[in-house]
Amino acid sequence: MEITRIPLGSWIESGLTWLTSEYSVVTRGISRVTQAGINSLNDGLMWLPEWALLAIIALLCWKLASTRLAIGAVAGLALIWNLGLWNPMIETLTLVVIATLVAVVIALPVGIAAALSERLYRVIMPVLDFMQTMPAFVYLIPAIPFFGIGSVSAIFATVIFSMPPAIRFTTLGIRQVPTELIEAADAYGATRGQKLFKVQLPLSLPTVMAGINQTIMLALSMVVIAAMIGADGLGSEVWRAIQRLRPGDGFEAGIAVVILAMLLDRLTQSLRKSRRS
Amino acid sequence: MDETRPVKIQVRGLSKVFGKQPKKALELRDQGLKRPEILEKTGQTLGLSDISFDVYEGELLVIMGLSGSGKSTLIRCLNRLIDTTEGEIVIDGENIPTLGEKALLECRRRHFSMVFQNFALFPHRTVQQNAEFGLEIRGVEKSERQSIAHNALKQVGLEGWEDAYPNQLSGGMQQRVGLARALANDASVLLMDEAFSALDPLIRKDMQQELLQLQSKMQKTTVFITHDLDEALNIGDRIVLLKDGEVVQIGTPEEILTKPADDYVRRFIEGVDRSRILTAESAMRPVRTTARDSDGPRTALHRMRDHSIDSIYVTDRDRQLLGLLEADAASRAIEAKAETITDHLTQDFRKVPPDEPLQNLFAMFSEKSYPIAVVDEQQRLLGVVVKGAVLDELARAGEQ
Repeated sequence: MEITRIPLGSWIESGLTWLTSEYSVVTRGISRVTQAGINSLNDGLMWLPEWALLAIIALLCWKLASTRLAIGAVAGLALIWNLGLWNPMIETLTLVVIATLVAVVIALPVGIAAALSERLYRVIMPVLDFMQTMPAFVYLIPAIPFFGIGSVSAIFATVIFSMPPAIRFTTLGIRQVPTELIEAADAYGATRGQKLFKVQLPLSLPTVMAGINQTIMLALSMVVIAAMIGADGLGSEVWRAIQRLRPGDGFEAGIAVVILAMLLDRLTQSLRKSRRS
Repeated sequence: MDETRPVKIQVRGLSKVFGKQPKKALELRDQGLKRPEILEKTGQTLGLSDISFDVYEGELLVIMGLSGSGKSTLIRCLNRLIDTTEGEIVIDGENIPTLGEKALLECRRRHFSMVFQNFALFPHRTVQQNAEFGLEIRGVEKSERQSIAHNALKQVGLEGWEDAYPNQLSGGMQQRVGLARALANDASVLLMDEAFSALDPLIRKDMQQELLQLQSKMQKTTVFITHDLDEALNIGDRIVLLKDGEVVQIGTPEEILTKPADDYVRRFIEGVDRSRILTAESAMRPVRTTARDSDGPRTALHRMRDHSIDSIYVTDRDRQLLGLLEADAASRAIEAKAETITDHLTQDFRKVPPDEPLQNLFAMFSEKSYPIAVVDEQQRLLGVVVKGAVLDELARAGEQ
């Protein structure tokens, strides 16, 4: 007897179809709000002359991190400007910023809840494993029926892909607070809220920041991949270079991604360190 | 000792089982089984079994036991950082194990301050903010709690360190912050969980002395956990000795040393019990000041004031002991315009030869509070023995 193949794929598809048709109002609403956010941030950043934004970023690096990072930022951004990749870079930056914001806004409460409830922790951890190990491209496919081709779908896929570390690190950070300190807070009669805001959150902040740093990095890599479903930015430059078989163009855009990544990484890391001291 | 003192905390029949079937474990306990058998049969650990004792208002009660004796569990049951399995803990009419969540918070805020073995200071808060923690939790207004915390820090000698962070301080100083945090809170009971165990021996001795000084000023009801007999003897008004989650003996340091309840206690204080060969001489300290028979009452009184004592031994020029002059008697002599003090001496004190066994000295202390004079055959004053020194000496012998 032949064993029937389990129609897992068609189940998922019908589920997704049901979701898209049932919740089209919701998805359309989300789509509109997100698109508006993307547009206004994009326009804002593009409205600034290149040199002005460059100066602002350099100043930020110098204030928060070091002179070295400021010099590196100026050199890197100037190169991107010179290569004519300024606008794609801004588009990518916008997507990363918005995706990270959404991810963090969701991840913090979820991470805190998972840290405080053992049951929730057991439910959430496998879900996070699923989210992280599922090949990133797969998220792009359902994003399209939900939000159509373009930047909103890119944000959707990016949020799902980049959120897990922020949740994990938040949970880890809170769980890592030494039991003696929790006992101390309890012994003095702290309520759950007082314990959370006066002890657990402040002490887990460095770890939470490390998680946010990871989220930003993952968001950047995903935003580039999302060019395949029509997201603008450096990713679409790479994508175009692949389709036209122009390795030179591809590397130029790729180098711009690397510069942006290093800049964001160093900047958020220094934010973490300055908090700690 | 004096059972007439008001009771602050009453612990009755307290038991704690770690595991999911506490009832089963307690049933076996009632059948007379001990901790290892219960663990083998049910997988439950009998942490504490049928503990009963009182903590008197204003006393420093030491709960002492080796690791695994359940002392840390016991102190955590008092403020319910650990839930109890059965029994009562009554403080000011409230039975702590049955309190609801809100009442428990309120009870912890009002009644308990805690000092921890590894300090448990908040690393993200300054010394000042750490000291303020308990008050902040209780919602005390900022300016008020700042001044209270400041005073508490002053009390423990940390004035000027308010803006430092805990990791900038030495261990001893960190525990002072821990103590200040507890004092600032002004709860009615101070719980100290192996508070000095993480400190090195010299600093530890200092902290014990300081605690005793604070205690004599404030008379705060204190429950102090330790595994160290020396420490227990040194600071405890009374000692509760725990073994395998059960009370072995409750008593004053003297009672524990002189009348051990069973072989376990006897073995415990075995080294200490060298008091048979220890003598008054070994615990004797040089006399800090004496008066001469030729001194006038004003001179004698002045010397007492200088050394903050309220009685002084009087000798002749060969250091032969003539008697004891009390401050009251000196004042009377001044009023009576007496030229010398020899007519105002009392013989109402104890003197012993240097080879007097140390354990005999205990009984003498309960009679009189004056230091015991140690004299040689010619009645020359060699030194004095104070109460603390006897215990110190015994404890030191116990460590060797």
